[in-house]
Amino acid sequence: MRILFKHLDVPDIDNIDVYIREGGYSALEKAIKQMKPEEVTDVVTKSGLRGRGGAGFPTGKKWEYIPKDPNLKKYLCCNADESEPGTFKDRELMLRNPHQLIEGMIICCYAISAERAFIYIRGEYVEPLRKMEQALSEARDRGYIGENILGSGFNVQIQMYRGAGAYIAGEESALLNSLEGQRGEPRLRPPFPAIKGLYAGPTVINNVETLANVPHIINNGAEWFTKIGTEKSPGTKIFSVSGHVNKPGNYELPMGVTARELIFEHAGGIPGGKRVKAFIPGGSSVPMLTEEHLDVQLAYETLQAAGSMLGSAGFMVLNEDTCIVRATWNMAKFYEHESCGKCTPCREGTLWMREMLESIEEGTGKIGYIDRLVDVAKNIDGRSFCGLGDASAQPVVSSIKYFRDEYEAHIKEGKCPFGGWEGHG
Amino acid sequence: MLSQESRAQIEENAKRFPSAKSAILNALYVVQNEEGFVAEDGMQEIAELLGMPYTDVEAVATFYTLFQKQPAGKYRLDVCTTLTCSLLGAEHLIDYLYKKLGIKVDETTPDGMFTLRAVQCLGDCGNAPVMMVGDAYYDNLTPEKLDGILDELRRKAGESG
Ligand SMILES: Cc1cc2nc3c(=O)[nH]c(=O)nc-3n(C[C@H](O)[C@H](O)[C@H](O)COP(=O)(O)O)c2cc1C
Ligand code: SF4
Ligand code: FES
Repeated sequence: MRILFKHLDVPDIDNIDVYIREGGYSALEKAIKQMKPEEVTDVVTKSGLRGRGGAGFPTGKKWEYIPKDPNLKKYLCCNADESEPGTFKDRELMLRNPHQLIEGMIICCYAISAERAFIYIRGEYVEPLRKMEQALSEARDRGYIGENILGSGFNVQIQMYRGAGAYIAGEESALLNSLEGQRGEPRLRPPFPAIKGLYAGPTVINNVETLANVPHIINNGAEWFTKIGTEKSPGTKIFSVSGHVNKPGNYELPMGVTARELIFEHAGGIPGGKRVKAFIPGGSSVPMLTEEHLDVQLAYETLQAAGSMLGSAGFMVLNEDTCIVRATWNMAKFYEHESCGKCTPCREGTLWMREMLESIEEGTGKIGYIDRLVDVAKNIDGRSFCGLGDASAQPVVSSIKYFRDEYEAHIKEGKCPFGGWEGHG
Repeated sequence: MLSQESRAQIEENAKRFPSAKSAILNALYVVQNEEGFVAEDGMQEIAELLGMPYTDVEAVATFYTLFQKQPAGKYRLDVCTTLTCSLLGAEHLIDYLYKKLGIKVDETTPDGMFTLRAVQCLGDCGNAPVMMVGDAYYDNLTPEKLDGILDELRRKAGESG
């Protein structure tokens, strides 16, 4: 079942003529010519679409929060920062089918009466940036973007905004600061972006994949969408599968596919027929799971029930030879590096966790470190200013929960029982 | 002093936003493209062109990793060492580059050609291990592939003088 990737085999689908020939921009015509803005939002709400950027917030509800006051300047920001370790789907969505995203954005702008929209793209994505610029210019030439689009009296302007290397800028309020030319640090909430966001105007922030779903929902209707996936997680999801698998890549599948199916039927299984030691289903910010969880369905509610989260669906597979301490140390380094330093629990906690993990991996850790790690992690989780702090605790707590014996072995033997990273390639 | 073109580019871009300050990242890229890195004089010019205090420009420039604050090699080898790349051999690649070029992470070769950096996930984990050089991604890296890439970059540098 492919929706977002259904055009992947159509040559030149990134070209506007081909996109239109394949039915592209028909959802926009339908929305603008046959529907009122509230009706568009209503369809999105009824579809049950939830945000694909990590938090899974209902998209239609987010749009409904935008005040109707015509005197307020409203904004849409598409979050194309994609910096969650293990996630590489938005890159492919933009490179392969840029008009699908643009169409979804224009429809959202129409629904919330925003005349200006930005695509905040991570600074490293120069190739997708150029692709999007090209597509935006085609859409302007055809009159899908600009003044009085399709004779509706509605105006819309969409602009790229290139970030410059900072994971935290993907957090929605930090993204707004970054776009306004400030340090990309998170903002205090309330006020929420829907009330006071970009340039103090009501603002919707949605992920690339979320917005790319919108044209299909408008074309096919809310009911069609609810029939795909699970009851609480309708639709498909693009899983970015990487690590120890034979065929890494992006797989678009209905929500509710099991981890086993994803790894073994789609991603080609594990090289050398090895076993799965652990998998991380939603980018490094969600708790890892183990071989015992392979039959868990990948959807918001089922992963939560299993003690993890769907997150960004950056799905990383670690085979039986992987040193869990080293993998956790690697993730801790990421969060220490990316912590913006604004609040103490996260700034200090990410440093302590990295230091303890490093000593354990290098054979100088003490047995008390294991409980200390859990303590520090629990003190960050829920006590930090933004989601990055909470995220940094997840790899630590989950790895100790499932693999405490590996931690103990490092400490008892005074070295990494796996011989460091060597031989695990 | 920045070239006339660069100054014009910064000013033009500032007009595209509701607030000129939004143009700062673009302006920092313009400076970095022209001068190879972002230093005090470049930031002074940005402050003046965008009408903001110097300290604000500096605070922003130091926040983001893609701005090079000191002179660096002609090519920056940004090797991803985050989880997937690491599982698939990123550290071996860093070792290999050390043996081949004699530089550790954050060092530059004596001929000023290459600076080695370890960076965080580049969003291309399906093709790990990955490295970014300038605007280009190089993926599914192996030592042999690295040899070819370094040769190609040296050749390019030779052509551009
Ligand atoms: C530290 C941090 C980094 C984030 N990075 C991203 C990102 O790169 N892309 C993204 O879409 N959402 C990211 N998010 C989630 C956003 O804050 C926000 O929830 C999302 O963009 C909303 O869009 P959605 O409702 O369509 O998912 C991040 C959140 C946190 C806490
Ligand atoms: S939790 Fe971390 S990233 Fe978030 S504001 Fe605090 S220091 Fe910054
Ligand atoms: S981990 Fe290296 S590109 Fe994602």
